[in-house]
Amino acid sequence: MSIKVKNVNYTYAEGTAYEIHALKDINLEIPDGQFIGLIGHTGSGKSTLVQHLNGLVKATSGRIYFNERDIYGENFSMKELRSKVGLVFQYPEHQLFEVDVLSDVCFGPRNLGCSQAEAEKKAREALHMVGLGAEYEKRSPFELSGGQKRRVAIAGVLAMEPQVLILDEPTAGLDPKGRDEILDQIESLQKERGITVVLVSHSMEDVARYVDRIIVMDHGEVRFDGTPKEVFRHYKELEKMGLAAPQMTYLMQGLREKGADVDADATTIEEAADAVEHWLKSK
Amino acid sequence: MIRDITLGQYYPAKSVIHRLDPRVKLVTTMIFIVSLFVAKGIMGYLVATLFLGAVIRMSKVPFGYMTKGLRAIVMLLMITVIFNLFLIDGDFVLWRFGFLRITDKGLKTAVFMAVRLIYLILGSSVMTLTTTPNDLTDGLEKLLGPLKRLHVPVHEIAMMMSIALRFIPILLEETDKIMKAQIARGADFETGNLIQKAKAMVPLLVPLFISAFRRANDLAMAMEARCYHGGNGRTKMKPLHYQRRDRAAYAVVWGYFVLMIAVKWSTSYYAVMWL
Repeated sequence: MSIKVKNVNYTYAEGTAYEIHALKDINLEIPDGQFIGLIGHTGSGKSTLVQHLNGLVKATSGRIYFNERDIYGENFSMKELRSKVGLVFQYPEHQLFEVDVLSDVCFGPRNLGCSQAEAEKKAREALHMVGLGAEYEKRSPFELSGGQKRRVAIAGVLAMEPQVLILDEPTAGLDPKGRDEILDQIESLQKERGITVVLVSHSMEDVARYVDRIIVMDHGEVRFDGTPKEVFRHYKELEKMGLAAPQMTYLMQGLREKGADVDADATTIEEAADAVEHWLKSK
Repeated sequence: MIRDITLGQYYPAKSVIHRLDPRVKLVTTMIFIVSLFVAKGIMGYLVATLFLGAVIRMSKVPFGYMTKGLRAIVMLLMITVIFNLFLIDGDFVLWRFGFLRITDKGLKTAVFMAVRLIYLILGSSVMTLTTTPNDLTDGLEKLLGPLKRLHVPVHEIAMMMSIALRFIPILLEETDKIMKAQIARGADFETGNLIQKAKAMVPLLVPLFISAFRRANDLAMAMEARCYHGGNGRTKMKPLHYQRRDRAAYAVVWGYFVLMIAVKWSTSYYAVMWL
């Protein structure tokens, strides 16, 4: 279930005064089961890129292959692609419309041709995955809190049982507790189901703890692509793009500059504590 | 795509027309529209064409961009032309097929009517493309100022207009976003019969209405927080003042209008002579 992006370019409003070259020659390969963080500043093209991955936006030039099949090919079914590649938009709670939570989550599976009973079963599973119990099923989505609404919206995409799940800034506007809960749930989901997850974010701190791979975008181009540790070594370049490496990277680099021989690749507080302890013992 | 709609859209460029006072542009547009109804005969339309052509040229807005607005009235245009073409009685019949016939007068009226409609749209497009919505409402507020004495809430009307104009692109973007989000959940807005299509709109319209109300609420709150209390005693940071070029523009526009009336009189004078 891999996605391959080959030489993709995208230009908004081509030929007018509002022309923006949003994506410039993007090449990527997203293999199965990876947990990927897609990072970039506002306007770096990350949201545009993920909308290409399920065919919502058509590239101005270039090709995208899903399981080796060209998604712009003649016999390719976009509906099938969208059922396999689930996309949760920014502020997804703004798309809720049904009278109760359960029917809203059923919308996706029903569109894919599931029977009512089947759709409800999938919807209940999805609601359970995002931590909403049966007591929420018959409530109106509009009377829930912001964090709960967002979970309902994420469940709406999960109920379609996608093999690739893309989340565009799923934690924007949530408090730290709500943020951690949602990210933890996404992580356990990724582990349990073995699906591919692409997490779009502008915060390094958020994604560093969870992902296997980080793709950094800037001005419509992919600038770095590697494991978090590899990417954070470029913390100075990241800063120039208006992004920051995790605080621990700065601490470790600072210690190294002062002559302490610590492992500068530590990114979380736990790793940093271990590295400092290791260094103190070895001294 | 939805982004392509040019309704009330501003096209940024550096031109004389862009720099003119919005009041000049509003008055000019009105004079131009009136002049189109005054115009008579080929000569009148020739003058109008020259005037419009020169203004479009000076505005530096690409012509292709300007004609985008015409797409919206294609149907109206066709109906007008067809009705005028076949239903107007004239002296000479040019073409006949069964009960359908085209007369010289019908053909003439149809062509002039089409030109008039196209010029109407182009003329107002020049105004909206070269003036930001804010300038436009500022200009309107100032022009309608005297009506305040008759207790017409001019400021409030202008404010409502500018808010409405400002929200068109925001709501279009929102529609685009919600549409994409629902398509990503397997929604289908394109296929099906009329009833199915209407039903498919529910997942789009409900969130859109909710978002419009939310935005209206937020905006009202933000305005209150900044002590907005209507137009009484409110001053402007950049009040409108006529410059030299604005007076020159007025002279040109009124000159054009006088010329149009002169053309109309002279053609009717000759028409009388010929009889």
